[in-house]
Amino acid sequence: MIVDLIEFLRNRLKRVIQVCCVILALLVGFDALLLDKDKAHTAAENMWGFWALFGFVSCVVIIFVSKWFGKLGITRQEDYYDR
Amino acid sequence: MIADLWLHPGLILMAGALFLPLVKGRFFRPFLLLVPVLAFGAVLWMPKGVFGVFPFLEWDLTFGRVDRLSLVFAYIMTLMCIIGTLYGLHVENPFEMAAAWIYVAGSLGVIFAGDFLVLFLFWEVMAFSSVFLVWFRRRPESLGAGFRFLLVHAAGGMVLLAGIVLLYHATGDLGFHLLDVSRPTLPVYLILVGFILNAAVPPLHAWLPDAYGEATVSGAVFMCAFTTKTAVYALARGFAGMEILIPLGVVMALYGVVYAVLENDARRLLAYHIISQVGYMVAGVGIGTELAINGACAHAFAHILYKGLLFMGVGSVLYMTGKSRFTDLGGLYSRMPRAFVFTLIGGLSISAFPLFSGFVSKSIIVAAGFEDHLYWAAFLLTLASAGTFLHTGLKVPYFIWFGKNNCTNGTWEKAKDPPLHMQLAMGIAAFLCIFIGVYTPYLYDMLPYAATYEPYTAYHVTESMQILLFTALGFFIFLKKLTPEALISLDMDWFYRMGGRVFRLGAGKGMDYLSTRAQQYLGEALPRRLNTFFQSGPARLSLLLIRPLWYLTGVTVKGPDGVEKRFTDTFNRSLFTIGSTAVFTIIMLMVLLFFIT
Repeated sequence: MIVDLIEFLRNRLKRVIQVCCVILALLVGFDALLLDKDKAHTAAENMWGFWALFGFVSCVVIIFVSKWFGKLGITRQEDYYDR
Repeated sequence: MIADLWLHPGLILMAGALFLPLVKGRFFRPFLLLVPVLAFGAVLWMPKGVFGVFPFLEWDLTFGRVDRLSLVFAYIMTLMCIIGTLYGLHVENPFEMAAAWIYVAGSLGVIFAGDFLVLFLFWEVMAFSSVFLVWFRRRPESLGAGFRFLLVHAAGGMVLLAGIVLLYHATGDLGFHLLDVSRPTLPVYLILVGFILNAAVPPLHAWLPDAYGEATVSGAVFMCAFTTKTAVYALARGFAGMEILIPLGVVMALYGVVYAVLENDARRLLAYHIISQVGYMVAGVGIGTELAINGACAHAFAHILYKGLLFMGVGSVLYMTGKSRFTDLGGLYSRMPRAFVFTLIGGLSISAFPLFSGFVSKSIIVAAGFEDHLYWAAFLLTLASAGTFLHTGLKVPYFIWFGKNNCTNGTWEKAKDPPLHMQLAMGIAAFLCIFIGVYTPYLYDMLPYAATYEPYTAYHVTESMQILLFTALGFFIFLKKLTPEALISLDMDWFYRMGGRVFRLGAGKGMDYLSTRAQQYLGEALPRRLNTFFQSGPARLSLLLIRPLWYLTGVTVKGPDGVEKRFTDTFNRSLFTIGSTAVFTIIMLMVLLFFIT
């Protein structure tokens, strides 16, 4: 059953991606138009799509900073400690 | 009478562990399940109060301080013990499960300890029993990892003991309660170091991925739940409101995330995310408000379940295929679909997806940070939570069950959903992860303080969904960047893994150098110079005195016919030289003797 569902979705990958994009747009749209921002902690959060931007930028920062950090000599061959 | 009876759940587990090797045949597996269930029952029906006080020398040792804070930890730990034992039901080696139970008993001992001596006793029990969960994997690497684990914890234990002794010396009190965190003294700092080593705060954290990545399949399920969370309990009890814990917690949260990007081994990745998640709890303890402590406890509770679930999911892949590195796996969704779903539930829970357990626990800590106007901490913790979803929610499921298929034919053939008892254990944990996320009073009513929190507001749900889904967008855009590579990353354990080697090399080279130089100077140059000195020293000294007189009288001093040459020749030839040298030597010896005595 699980496998069938996954394959059903995989066979319609393009449609799945489209639906996901629509969901992302709807989420930001909801944030911009309908959401009551009384509960915001800081002024910056009143900008529409603040947390969407925050999430995306966080993701990019984490990937690139970590990769850069790894290149400083942190990543080594697997037999490093056995040599 | 029954109400007065207090039975330490750790005692049940220890007794169970003692009898376990004797139980054979068809009683073995029922006995395995019975013992942790009894321990859980003992916690469920436990009254609050102080029990198990024994006089020892000049102290009263308290084994049973039961209040809301200790109960919430004892509840989840004994529950996890049931789940972990069920998951490890296939283990034939009775000593592995016995070690696991004694380890849990150690945790429970710390949690119910009313004074530092009892705490220290059980603290050491934990380290010395859990190491067997690494060793029982029986790989040469596990042996090394186990010894490193033990040595680090023994060192941490010594620091803790030093702190306890000094504290007792200073205050005369051994009671384990909130320490003076506003004006911390040396003993308080030493105890703190002992605690945060077990909580895996960088730079004292490297034992965690090192040992957990090498532990047995079911051993890792136990280990991921107990050591760090017991430390969180100890911090919440003794160090609530200690401000240094806030930056330390934030550093932990980010540190684990960074290393998780680089990690190729799924279990080591999960281990790094323990550091990250415990960072939230440590920061919560540092904030120290009632809400924050509630958050730390709630997050520890949720964490034990979802991290156990994740280790069970990835562990089942390791159990079935013998592989845990992403570069050996991939595309397994059709072979291990149930393990995938369970792991995904764990991943969504740790990522704080709405309706999953992390959402109702992690956000308490972040909210407490915002409430305390610690914006930098709250924003950085939120950033780390994007990283959590990136790795545990997306990278782990994607690169094991989807992505490029790196499986060899052998791996592919072996890959099947794990045995029923493993699936059952994962099912229970997965159910609880969702149940906690959906029905908040279950967890919230157990928390130690009255401070309340409502996670399901429109704002908070929208905030979380935006962060998570746009992180997912970033994941799929930069998927190529995240493709695992068959590399390892160096961490703080380098210092004690390679430190010895560097020392040996340095000591070897250094000694060689020292010995050559010693031979050169002490063995050759010095005797030669002394020899010359004693041979011609007296003549030269006499010359020094006599030369000004010669100049005054106007004789030829230098040159082959000079008076100086004749004087030295006479000096060297004459018996007087021998005599004078002997006298001179005696004078030197007497001077030496004078200085020595």
